[in-house]
Amino acid sequence: MTEPRVKVATCSLAGCFGCHMSFLDMDEAIVPLIQRIEFDRSPLTDIKQIGRCDIGLVEGGLCNTENREVLHQFRAHCNILVAVGACAINGGVPAMRNHYPLAECLAESYLNGVNVVNPQIPRDAELPPLLEQVIPIGQEVRVDYFLPGCPPPAAAFMEIVSAVLEQREPQLEYQQRRFD
Amino acid sequence: MTEKRSFTLDQQEIPFQPGDSILQAAQRAGVYVPHLCFHPDFSANGSCRLCVVSIAGKTVAACHYPARSGLQVTMNNSRLQQQRLRLLQLLFAEGNHFCPSCEVSGSCQLQALAYDLGMTHYHYDPFYPQRPRDGSHPDFFIDTDRCIFCDLCGRAGTEQDHKPVYRLGGRGEQTRLLIYSASGKLGDSRAAADDKAAHVCPVGCILPREGHYRDPIGERVYDASPIHWVGNRRRDQHAAPAADSAGDPSHD
Ligand code: SF4
Ligand code: SF4
Ligand code: SF4
Ligand code: FES
Repeated sequence: MTEPRVKVATCSLAGCFGCHMSFLDMDEAIVPLIQRIEFDRSPLTDIKQIGRCDIGLVEGGLCNTENREVLHQFRAHCNILVAVGACAINGGVPAMRNHYPLAECLAESYLNGVNVVNPQIPRDAELPPLLEQVIPIGQEVRVDYFLPGCPPPAAAFMEIVSAVLEQREPQLEYQQRRFD
Repeated sequence: MTEKRSFTLDQQEIPFQPGDSILQAAQRAGVYVPHLCFHPDFSANGSCRLCVVSIAGKTVAACHYPARSGLQVTMNNSRLQQQRLRLLQLLFAEGNHFCPSCEVSGSCQLQALAYDLGMTHYHYDPFYPQRPRDGSHPDFFIDTDRCIFCDLCGRAGTEQDHKPVYRLGGRGEQTRLLIYSASGKLGDSRAAADDKAAHVCPVGCILPREGHYRDPIGERVYDASPIHWVGNRRRDQHAAPAADSAGDPSHD
């Protein structure tokens, strides 16, 4: 009889996918792990709709309305929600735009920026509207655990997933607590 | 027979000299007390409160509290550690600390204390305050996003350089680092490259223009060992021997 598998969903909101890359960076350690977990919605599976999950790993903060929607879906479907990386925890590099009004950021990128041709601010029904500020996910929903780092080291991912599998509190060692 | 001057810090006996604060005596004895705004060369400021200790049930700042014979001082219990953690989280939340892109990341005392206390997140919603930057000086760049208002630069200026360059103005959430010059710009001030004031910042606010991002990740001041071993160092002290931690006079 096979052991029950833990269901894991992952998503990248206002992030760079660096955290997902770091997760995969656990190299061969992922082989035994994969026997015990099953990915649900994730860029790694291309499943688009999230089902009931044990763990949700959220990379990135919220920069647009779609991010917000996805985050609430994750919170509603995951028993344990983990804020993964600096962006999810405090906004990270994308939140550096919080120094400036949104209109100014858009003007700089699409109207007045160097080498801009045909200046216009993109407006399309397919594009989710940007939020005025980038916000950390903990400001929007309850978060159970935080994995700091940009990105968190692979060992930190390993620890959080193992802790859930073993039904214990995760312990991040000194080397696994990074802010950069 | 001369009276033996000592107190206990978490049950360890600490000798002291007349006039010592608890933190000064502990530091001389090689025992690390968490701190950010204290530096042995300058008067105590008492602003960061990271050095909180408990004496007879009262919480006091070790950098200000005078050492006395027979005191029983508690430094590390879960309540005090929790208070330090919350203080650190407030410092992070009220500034703009984007560690992934910060020049001093890995060698920053604020970050190192956060690592040491196991901080994983801010706990408070970030303020994202609007704070100015100043690139007017040929030797230094000022990024006040990271200022923690410890006033070490101000005290070093008055007490060692004997010229006012940096000072704090405003109150509470509106406190800001100010530059003593007609324009308020560092370029118009009397700041010079070898001012002590420009080399005491525990974070990445007063930055030399050159030499950043050169220490590989893994070899920065706090990459391998926590601040309670390494002591409060800055990157420019990294070459100093790290053998004995807090008892080593080459750091504060
Ligand atoms: S924390 Fe760093 S690695 Fe992760 S998404 Fe943000 S920028 Fe990318
Ligand atoms: S000053 Fe320290 S805590 Fe602030 S951003 Fe830089 S490394 Fe991080
Ligand atoms: S600039 Fe640096 S030394 Fe001066 S008050 Fe701010 S944090 Fe302290
Ligand atoms: S070191 Fe004592 S209050 Fe800052």
